[in-house]
Amino acid sequence: MAVLDSKIPDGPLETKWSNYKSHVKLVNPANKRKLEIIIVGSGLAGSSAAASLAELGYKVKVFCYQDSPRRAHSIAAQGGINAAKNYKNDGDSVFRLFYDTVKGGDFRSREANVYRLAEVSANIIDQCVAQGVPFAREYGGLLDNRSFGGAQVSRTFYARGQTGQQLLLGAYSALSRQIGLGNVTMYNRHEMIEVVTIDGKARGIIARNLVTGKLERHFGHAVVLATGGYGNVFFLSTNAMGCNVTAAWKAHKKGAFFANPCYTQIHPTCVPVSGDYQSKLTLMSESLRNDGRVWVPKKQGDKRAPKDIPEDERDYYLERKYPSFGNLSPRDISSRAAKEVCDEGRGVGKSGLAVYLDFADAIKRLGKEVVEARYGNLFDMYKHITNENPYEVPMRIYPAVHYTMGGLWVDYNLMTTLPGLYALGECNFSDHGANRLGASALMQGLADGYFVLPYTIGDYLSGEIFTKPIPTDHPAFLESEKAAKDRIEKLLAVKGNKTVDDFHKELGKIMWEYCGMSRNAEGLKKAKQLIKQLRAEFWKNVRVTGGNDEFNVDLEKAGRVADFMELGELMVDDALQRNESCGAHFRVEYQEEGEAKRNDAEYAYVSAWEHTAVDSESILHKEPLVFENVHFATRSYK
Amino acid sequence: MNNKFKKQGLLGALIGKKMLMGITGLFLIMFLVVHCAVNALIFANDGGELFNKGAEFMGTNILIRTMEVVLFIGLLAHAFDGIYLERKNRQARSVKYVSHNPKANSTWYSRSMAILGILILMFLIVHLKHFWWLSRFTDHIAHSEATKLSGQETLFEEMKEVFQNPMVVVLYVAAMFSLAYHLMHGFQSAFQTMGWNHPKYTPCVKQAGFWFSIIIPLVFALMPIALYTGIIK
Amino acid sequence: MKFNLKIWRQKNAQSTGKMVDYAIDNIDADMSFLEMMDILNEQLINKGDEPIAYDHDCREGICGMCSMHINGRPHGPMHGTTTCQLYMRNFTDGETIYIEPFRANAFPVIRDLVVDRGAFDRIIQAGGFVSVNTGQVQDANNIPVNKADADLAMDAAACIGCGACVAACKNSSASLFVSAKVSQLALLPQGQIEAKERVLAMVNQMDEEGFGSCTNTGACEAECPKEISISNIARMNREYYKATLL
Repeated sequence: MAVLDSKIPDGPLETKWSNYKSHVKLVNPANKRKLEIIIVGSGLAGSSAAASLAELGYKVKVFCYQDSPRRAHSIAAQGGINAAKNYKNDGDSVFRLFYDTVKGGDFRSREANVYRLAEVSANIIDQCVAQGVPFAREYGGLLDNRSFGGAQVSRTFYARGQTGQQLLLGAYSALSRQIGLGNVTMYNRHEMIEVVTIDGKARGIIARNLVTGKLERHFGHAVVLATGGYGNVFFLSTNAMGCNVTAAWKAHKKGAFFANPCYTQIHPTCVPVSGDYQSKLTLMSESLRNDGRVWVPKKQGDKRAPKDIPEDERDYYLERKYPSFGNLSPRDISSRAAKEVCDEGRGVGKSGLAVYLDFADAIKRLGKEVVEARYGNLFDMYKHITNENPYEVPMRIYPAVHYTMGGLWVDYNLMTTLPGLYALGECNFSDHGANRLGASALMQGLADGYFVLPYTIGDYLSGEIFTKPIPTDHPAFLESEKAAKDRIEKLLAVKGNKTVDDFHKELGKIMWEYCGMSRNAEGLKKAKQLIKQLRAEFWKNVRVTGGNDEFNVDLEKAGRVADFMELGELMVDDALQRNESCGAHFRVEYQEEGEAKRNDAEYAYVSAWEHTAVDSESILHKEPLVFENVHFATRSYK
Repeated sequence: MNNKFKKQGLLGALIGKKMLMGITGLFLIMFLVVHCAVNALIFANDGGELFNKGAEFMGTNILIRTMEVVLFIGLLAHAFDGIYLERKNRQARSVKYVSHNPKANSTWYSRSMAILGILILMFLIVHLKHFWWLSRFTDHIAHSEATKLSGQETLFEEMKEVFQNPMVVVLYVAAMFSLAYHLMHGFQSAFQTMGWNHPKYTPCVKQAGFWFSIIIPLVFALMPIALYTGIIK
Repeated sequence: MKFNLKIWRQKNAQSTGKMVDYAIDNIDADMSFLEMMDILNEQLINKGDEPIAYDHDCREGICGMCSMHINGRPHGPMHGTTTCQLYMRNFTDGETIYIEPFRANAFPVIRDLVVDRGAFDRIIQAGGFVSVNTGQVQDANNIPVNKADADLAMDAAACIGCGACVAACKNSSASLFVSAKVSQLALLPQGQIEAKERVLAMVNQMDEEGFGSCTNTGACEAECPKEISISNIARMNREYYKATLL
């Protein structure tokens, strides 16, 4: 595996990061001023990295497709952020957070990266508080914590149900300060559509100004992608409408390997689809499962109203199957169980794709006031969306795509296999293995941006201090710009009969059906054919209105969907080669008594895919995962 | 802070100019109390005796006369600052909404302070001409019953005479409606602008403002009515 | 359900726009308002017309991107919601619905219903932050914060920067937006050291962007999807007086 060098520092796990920081090459302040860094994406990872790098003295350019960096989808995270502060004196430690994360990831993540994440987690909280993030407080004025899934300690910091928003606004304010000081140039409503490489190194990007349609060439000594996940490949997900894989995918096509694309987290408690017109799915906090009971009718196709179904005709399937964890079974297990009962024809609601989450017992036991105090805002949100009162009628929930653990392969420095190109946050694959624990995404994004990249990027940039800024009329820039332009023109020239959304919806259906909550070899092979056909049809029959030289939403979407279709195929390939069930990846062939069966002997590796050409097979590289500090264990929730 | 920061005076920003509105507004409110209290002496219904004494005091006391100058400065500041801000505010939106439903989110009088203010100002011109001009700059009004010369009238007599004209009465009563609505928003708004907002006291301020804006204009409006109808002789 | 839509169409910032009528039918009551717009756009594309451009992203009321003025009100008829949280059941069958961009000279129209709210970013860039570099910090619990203040700061910090306050205000004043950030940082001990500079810088920038002044009509508070209180404006004013007078 010579191609994949994860560059994990030597030495014991506990000292790897501090040793690394003490010995990593530095760039002196005078040289930092001469070095330019491009950051794509302005979510937690992008904003925090941009602010931190600008504070160090680098010249930074930030790009985001929204109208302001504050809109990035990190803002929608509700629950909280983990940190091994042990403020509760309940025995938390860096090691425990590390262990929980590795175990939660079903032993498919890299020990050294996860340990570093746990180590810097405490610094994140300090940083955010100093920025004025209004975390929840106790009456003594100190920070409050709550517990979250997959952990036995209270280590989750939160700001009402808007933790992501508050953390993002904190990072945004730090970024804004640097913009105001002139250290960062901000490019709103710009979409990166090509990576420029010169002599094998990432040297810049081509960005489309979404307002004017103009293609712009930007040079950087290094390029950092913090562009989030690709859950929208499923069309319906809890992601924002604009979330896309385009930046990561363009980088992949220029040489950055894509790791573990098949690991997609499906969140069990979302508001179900109400019709064909559905554009996105809304997450309901998992905390609802603390008091709600999940059930479906025992009989197939039972269309009676829930209150007319007597107790003995209900199937509380989570309690039945997993008596010790019951309704609190982990995300992946609860999600699959819901799909199973719906596949059996016992789903509820108009579409039959939903299960009940019933609070009747909780209201009887605790009283309506207590339930209201705990979940009032969630009940209101549900009522607002569905027009049903969950105090009287059980909620209907269904799993939805929520987070993608896979992403660009990165080494310990967060650099991809394309020198000079970095990937941070959800955009990379590094920390969550095959399944992410709740309240860990915010932690990872900020860790990468505030505390990891500012150190590790020096390792590369210290070798670049003699590189003069490359003029953007260099042939490599012109070539990339032309490629981007040709692609846009090709899209506009098809003038077919189906809209971009038609294709996106079809792609989503294929992905959800065959590469969603449970997968099998036969289905995956079929999916691959279907996606190929769809892709071919897309380039023959898509209709993109308007032109390039204007604000053109249709064109933006078309470019993104084209990339999703290529990614979809890779996801299927990846799911097909992984002949085991681990974390969010469940292959029906690999189970034992209905439970996921991991195969550590053969599959304890990261699959990293190398792009060849659009219609050729990608090449699989394997990074073996070595566990020196934790032991493989099987998850059991029975 | 970033390069945008510059030290400046209070009135440099629109907030400062708003504070001027608030502070002059509160000052004018205090004036209204005094004015209303003195004029209400006519309700003693003693042929204007008490009232004329009050008027004499107000017209001759040096402190009051000094305050009169301050009052005029306050009034002009309030008016000109208001007009300046209104112009600025109108300039902030040059393309208007085709469909606009502001009553869903605010009261009509809170949105109409400028127009109400201008109506009050126009009324003030007439009103000043009726009484203040006569008593300060002509010999028509006697300072008191005792010093009254022939051909002169006391202020009370002048009042009775002016309010024999029904059109004037209607004008005065209408103006008091403008004043009432102007105060209805302005009273509590001044507190808000001054930054005096507090969960405990703001509700009291709003209550006080509500009653103030009803009682004061009502008392004022009753004067011409009472004189016109002859309830007060 | 069926609706008559009157929607503002404008090719770009330079051109003048106008209201255009569209009829739409077979709309499900459980559809969200933006899904109705999606369907309209699909129909337009199928007819060969250009779809209506409008800002939206998270569709769960938190990113602050959606920004429509519906039937004369920012974010439409419901209280405490964004445009993306509106549902068609909030309208009556056969109704005529007016859809316009947020209007203010400080928010120039880019296309159709899309406006440029960069003015808000520039106000934050002028001073809406605590000047602290990454790593220059103490342990989080060394800064205790009174719970009531922390809660008030959180109320103010809930602002999503959508601009409905400006769109609703007859003066196009940005006072609610600016005061929410000023308040958040004024209420917390972390923000104290540079409180004076902050409020001056932000207020100056607000004026420079061409927003009007606050006349306390309360329209902003009534239309704010996050129900931010105008008591924040009073707090901003206090901060401003302190900064200029003391």
